[in-house]
Amino acid sequence: MTTAQARAAATVTLPMENGTRPLVAFPQKRPLIVLTPRPPQLETPFQIFDEGILTPNDAFYVRWHLSGIPATVNGATHRIRVDGLVKHPMNLSIEDLRTKFPQVEVVAVNECSGNSRGLFSPRVAGGQWDNGAMGNARWTGVRLSDILAKAGLRDGVRQIRFSGLEKPPLPATPAFVKALSIEDVIDNGDILVAYEMNGAPLPLLNGYPVRLVVPGWYGTYWMKMLDNLEAIDTIDDNFWMKTAYRIPETPGNTVKPTDTGYKTVPINKLTVRSFVTNVQDGGRLRAGPRTIRGIAFDGGSGIKAVQFSSDGGQTWHNATLGEDYGRYSFRRWQIAFTAQRAKTYELACRAVANSGETQTTVPVWNPSGYLRNVIETYKVSVS
Amino acid sequence: MKGTLLRFLTLASAVAVLGATYGTVSIKFPTFNVPFKPGPGQDVTIANCRTCHSAAYVYTQPPLTKAQWTAEVIKMRNAYKAPIADADVPTIADYLVTQNGKQ
Repeated sequence: MTTAQARAAATVTLPMENGTRPLVAFPQKRPLIVLTPRPPQLETPFQIFDEGILTPNDAFYVRWHLSGIPATVNGATHRIRVDGLVKHPMNLSIEDLRTKFPQVEVVAVNECSGNSRGLFSPRVAGGQWDNGAMGNARWTGVRLSDILAKAGLRDGVRQIRFSGLEKPPLPATPAFVKALSIEDVIDNGDILVAYEMNGAPLPLLNGYPVRLVVPGWYGTYWMKMLDNLEAIDTIDDNFWMKTAYRIPETPGNTVKPTDTGYKTVPINKLTVRSFVTNVQDGGRLRAGPRTIRGIAFDGGSGIKAVQFSSDGGQTWHNATLGEDYGRYSFRRWQIAFTAQRAKTYELACRAVANSGETQTTVPVWNPSGYLRNVIETYKVSVS
Repeated sequence: MKGTLLRFLTLASAVAVLGATYGTVSIKFPTFNVPFKPGPGQDVTIANCRTCHSAAYVYTQPPLTKAQWTAEVIKMRNAYKAPIADADVPTIADYLVTQNGKQ
């Protein structure tokens, strides 16, 4: 695209200061909301979530940290090195994954840790996403636990550390490396090394040819272009674990902007959230009966109920839940609603997870802009 | 109509073949970019910042104070090891305030 074309490209304006963004089609992608072109960070336009429970691969959000992203990846020669404190180090090809292990499918939400950061008040620095840095896909691959069982963990392993082909632009920049504690890996038997997304190879920008899928956990752990799984007997203290992607270890993981000195822990499970997908905040409705519908998800316990309010949260009504795609998936919901002529409404939805967790009435605040799960409200007027 | 259908079938089978194998995938990143706009300190900012990221990292932030922009520049140096000279830190921070700042 030339500069002149880019200037003429469609834009969208997200509900935040400096919220105007171009819509650009990156390779293997339809036009998405460009947060940053290099490294690419692309947001899914929210109306996509109304179209189906699975987010199409070409509409799935994209988030890279470092500009050293390979533009060419050979899926045939790509290998995942399994090493560290294992009895049988391995170099696994995609073919190995497809032929030497049980094949597993899971439908799971991948949500960026910083999803909705642009809606924080007061604002915080960082990637200024609206609510579209998330997606729900059917992932196919091999259980991480099956790979580790084949490799044979030695005694004393405390974490599995992993990396991908994303490389720092400068030699001194910390390489993007993440780790999961062995308890969490054992506890979450659904962590996959996935080579398929919605029945097709992953788009390169979503991690072709293989990425980690950590159902119920934030996207920072879903390593793209996975090339190393390393068993270690320490707690990884690299920048991306020790400094970045930390949440306050306070009740509700929320603090005041003036607070200091509190402990932090690595970000982990998704907070429970729900959204209306077929009505926009500030929108107009036609008078008469209609269906309000949306999505809900949480950090892996599954959605127990979604409630809907048309009076700003004073009274709540149970919505009908849609088909269950598993406890890590978006769950669709819907409810009948009759809009009266010339009235205004404040619609709201709140989800309750099987874990008992629900959404907050006051937005959480933390300096990195993580975990937002306030009850969403949608002011609408009726024509 | 027939041509369209044929093209569709050809495309569908090509996708099916690709779907069954894991070969080489090459993409060409769009030349679309967000540049650092003219202003005092633009050259120093480009020289120090563009190696790693586009100017969209600046213009999509909420407006920040000079102290906040300075903290961001220092973070780029300390956390991400951008080789920014001491003398360039205030120059870059001042430029960022002119681009997306507040009092």
